[in-house]
Amino acid sequence: MDKTARGHGWATLATLCLLLALWWGVTASGLVAPLFLPGPGAVAARLADLARHGFVGASLLQHAGASLARVGLAMIFAVVTAIPVGMAMGLWPRVNAALDPVIEFYRPVPPLAYLPLIVIWFGIGEATKVILITMAIFAPLAIATASGVRRVDPDRVRAARSLGASRDQVVWLVIFPSALPDILTGLRIALGVGWSTLVAAELVAASRGLGFMVQSASQMLVTDVVVAGILLIAVIALVLELLLRWVERRFAGWSGTR
Amino acid sequence: MSTLSAIVAGVTYRSRNGAVEALSGVTLDVASGEVVVALGASGCGKSTLLGLFAGFVAPTAGQVLIDGVPVTGPGPDRAVVFQDDALMPWLSAEDNVAFGLRLRGVGRAERQQVARDLLRDVGLDGFAGHAISEMSGGMRQRVGLARALAVSPRFLLMDEPLGALDELTRERMQMLLLHLWQASGKGIFLITHSIEEALFLATELVLMSPRPGRIVQRYRPDFARRFLAGEPIRAIKGDPQFLAMREDLAATILAGDEEYARHG
Ligand SMILES: Nc1ncnc2c1ncn2[C@@H]1O[C@H](COP(=O)(O)OP(=O)(O)O)[C@@H](O)[C@H]1O
Ligand SMILES: [Mg+2]
Repeated sequence: MDKTARGHGWATLATLCLLLALWWGVTASGLVAPLFLPGPGAVAARLADLARHGFVGASLLQHAGASLARVGLAMIFAVVTAIPVGMAMGLWPRVNAALDPVIEFYRPVPPLAYLPLIVIWFGIGEATKVILITMAIFAPLAIATASGVRRVDPDRVRAARSLGASRDQVVWLVIFPSALPDILTGLRIALGVGWSTLVAAELVAASRGLGFMVQSASQMLVTDVVVAGILLIAVIALVLELLLRWVERRFAGWSGTR
Repeated sequence: MSTLSAIVAGVTYRSRNGAVEALSGVTLDVASGEVVVALGASGCGKSTLLGLFAGFVAPTAGQVLIDGVPVTGPGPDRAVVFQDDALMPWLSAEDNVAFGLRLRGVGRAERQQVARDLLRDVGLDGFAGHAISEMSGGMRQRVGLARALAVSPRFLLMDEPLGALDELTRERMQMLLLHLWQASGKGIFLITHSIEEALFLATELVLMSPRPGRIVQRYRPDFARRFLAGEPIRAIKGDPQFLAMREDLAATILAGDEEYARHG
């Protein structure tokens, strides 16, 4: 996006203002009842109130923190497992042949479809949610890592070997850094998948978390909390996305420039 | 003194769609202080021959020796320069040059010193901290050359190192190469498909032909030595003797093509 979007920020801003105005218009005019869609003012007020008093037994920070902790933990697990597995798949066709079918088999299955099975195995505690998200992140991250490794310029490897690199040095000083842009892109996409899966999972089985908050508010027909919660979920997703884009630029900024 | 030798070497690549005889019966020495240039159209086995010398490819016939000992794999006594620089774009120019030293555990300060000296030698003084992505093709090739020189190889193996450069940069690099060669006395094996470049750089020029890849003619030009003795590059390349050899080579290549077209 970077180059094409820069200088066109006003277009984004215009859309946002338009949507906000539309939202304000239909609610302030009474066209839509507050039960179905509360106005921006009401939602803002509710957000402030949530921040101060929390909702259903936990503060807003605790809800958001619970969700973020789950996704963060899952991300750590996925990174320490999927990246080495993906590297091995990319480096050795035999490992790829062994693991690729398994990953390709479960990858297209929506995580919520196997959530019930994980609940049966691990109960409705924290473990279940972290395992679910780890699984959702694992497949795309392992696949991105493996394809990044396979795409490494063979001449770059030959150059390193002719300079005296050992096998390990080739893997860690040439192949891994070469694949890093693909790995980070995979991580960013996987994290987006993980976050949406998590929130959906919290709708089913949780006593804390943003998904849970939205779900209970919906059952109590507190629509302003539902809307505030959805906005918060979106904003956090956006912040995570931007954070990982920054990481990509910082650690793999050299790619894309050539 | 050191010599890299291919002795009736052959390479046959086997893949699912059959076997390709990329190289057949090639005998060629690259000795210290020589610039051996392989000239030929795409697909005549030049890169495969370089791969044999570098140790990337094992001969399926014949032998490849370095001072009489079989080559078993790549090593820093035979540094390679590639057409498409093959640099590490996440490292600065200096860290790229120092890469081979880092591999063998040379300390940071010493690496830096060597890298800066070499960058100066290839005409990139002051570019140590620059990112590879900010550099032009010619500058990258210079970094690639400095990186190869950093490991103090006995041989430099270069696969169309100037192939992607514009005419002017190319000529400047040819002169740089000869000066570096004179200063170091290394053995150089260089691939090109420019007749003029081959004639200008080579102390021994081998003309190759495809299917199977083999050496069809050998020449011993002396233009490189004349250049190093002080004769200007333009005078050499315009010399009737140079032009005559160039035409002769072009005619030989053309005749080979026609021969090939007639008999398959
Ligand atoms: N790894 C490989 N597998 C199969 N065939 C190959 C391989 N490398 C090269 N070849 C074939 O061998 C022949 C010589 O290739 P190469 O040595 O790259 O020639 P050049 O460098 O002169 O263009 C070509 O026909 C090419 O297609
Ligand atoms: Mg080639």
